[in-house]
Amino acid sequence: MEQSIDVYPEQKGLGGMWKRINQQGKMTTLLLFLPPALFLFTLFVILPLGEASIYSLYKWNGIGELDNFIGLKNYERVAGHSVFSSAVVNTLKIVGVSLFIQLPLAMICALCVYQKKWSNTVFRMMFFLPYILAEVVAGLIWRFIYDGNYGLISSFTEFFGLEPIFVLADRGLAFTAILVVIVWKYFGFHMMIFIAALQGISKDLIEAAKIDGASTLQTTLLIKIPLVRHAIVLSVFFSVLGALQLFDLIMPMTQGGPGHTSHSIVSYLYTFGISRMHIGFGSAIGVILFIACVIFAFIYQNTFMNNKAGGKS
Amino acid sequence: MKSSVLSDWKRLCFLMAVTGFVMLPLLATVLGGFKSIGELQTNPLGLPQSWEFQHYASILLDKQLWVAMKNSLIMSLTTLALTLLGGAMAAFTFSHIRFVGKRYIYSYFMLGMMFPFATGILPLFIKIKDMGLLDSYMGVIVPQVAFGLAMAILLFRSFFEQLPAELFDAAAVDGCGYSRFFFEIVLPLSTPILATVGVFVLVTSWNNYLLPLVVINNPDLYPWTLGIMQFQGEHAIAWNKVLAYVSVSVVPSVMFFVVAQKYIIAGLTGGAVKG
Repeated sequence: MEQSIDVYPEQKGLGGMWKRINQQGKMTTLLLFLPPALFLFTLFVILPLGEASIYSLYKWNGIGELDNFIGLKNYERVAGHSVFSSAVVNTLKIVGVSLFIQLPLAMICALCVYQKKWSNTVFRMMFFLPYILAEVVAGLIWRFIYDGNYGLISSFTEFFGLEPIFVLADRGLAFTAILVVIVWKYFGFHMMIFIAALQGISKDLIEAAKIDGASTLQTTLLIKIPLVRHAIVLSVFFSVLGALQLFDLIMPMTQGGPGHTSHSIVSYLYTFGISRMHIGFGSAIGVILFIACVIFAFIYQNTFMNNKAGGKS
Repeated sequence: MKSSVLSDWKRLCFLMAVTGFVMLPLLATVLGGFKSIGELQTNPLGLPQSWEFQHYASILLDKQLWVAMKNSLIMSLTTLALTLLGGAMAAFTFSHIRFVGKRYIYSYFMLGMMFPFATGILPLFIKIKDMGLLDSYMGVIVPQVAFGLAMAILLFRSFFEQLPAELFDAAAVDGCGYSRFFFEIVLPLSTPILATVGVFVLVTSWNNYLLPLVVINNPDLYPWTLGIMQFQGEHAIAWNKVLAYVSVSVVPSVMFFVVAQKYIIAGLTGGAVKG
């Protein structure tokens, strides 16, 4: 600790070498600072991933020996399972709704409130509020809203003299209802990303366009939106990754029902892998999810984020 | 400056419509806790005709709620402390110490940002079980820390690298070693990034549902996210009670948001590189 630079140049042997490398406690610090994180990360993040790919080749209930090797059977069963296909379709629906409804809504809101004004701040905070609530809370709130006897939906049906509708118990409507909640919960988050980007646009540019006679619509479509392209790229990235890992919202609303029509990939993993202790089968789903994420992240980052837009938002 | 896309009153109408979409469900929830179950059926949205305070009162007196809140608080604060310390220490070695394989080890950590937590959840469960950590705070805390590290290291490293190099040279001349430099100079200068990362870690951990669901079976150790689901299961049709419970349990999140909104927005949007 106390040594200063170049005090031990003449020392020989291992001890001297150590002291030279360990100037100002450099090595000690490295050996104390890095391993804890490295150890935890390896043990709880990377290792489970490798183990998942091994377990996925076995039929195993988590108790007893891991000896029932069945090769790729688990993967075949996942791929052939109609509930899994519907979970994948649901995930694609989330991506579609994110791209065509959620992000445009977030962008319009961002354009309306990005300028620094007191009233804009109030709107921003309100729109961001659903994002800070826990997913289970958002799910419970909307489960109430959709309740055919008590919720807001019941007011509508009663007002028009209709039979009560139970949205979340309806095979055709349940997942659409969840999509609405996803927009409600996350559009404020994307709006904040867009606002941060829009505030970074130089005012001179907008002024110059105005002087050149561009209409507000033209400045918006031709200057502002192209200039926040990196934020849009980032938002799309989050939307897709979010769709791939959606879980907390599904459980309080439908638990994947009715008739397993409203599963996301993770809720499918939970229902058929974790809660039934089908370790092998569940691990296979995990591995498939991992591959999907990595392929997506890799292709997307190489196609759209090559200008280092990915590192920051 | 005039507004951008829409003329002023159209813009206001649009914002009001979105506000309605966002706020009505929340408003209905808070008010629903004050209504009788019969009134909830006929009037889910409006102000209660007769305010019933007993639902909120009974929930505030419910021991389970406070136990669950305490459990969540212990788990998220410990996660917060360990992630900040472990992440900052590792990031400091990346930003200030030159060593063999640094780039590879850094990329290795960054792998952690590429896939969701759910992928390895079953082997993780087995591991936690084998370590005897099922039904313990540590069984939730340790994996949470491990998963928070990647993002923490990314953000800390870029912040530490922007600290002026003269700072370290000056400290070295005064005979200050690496570890003292880290604890006495780097950390105190890093409060903005500590707050940003901290907010992200705290909110993620406070709201975590899947991990405790898998790890914790004992209702006495439930975090509030599991507690609220259990409460809803027990009072499935008594929506007024459930809504009161929901309203009470979001108070900490909302208060935290009001107090720390600057860092929350930075932490959740900037820090959301993790997605």
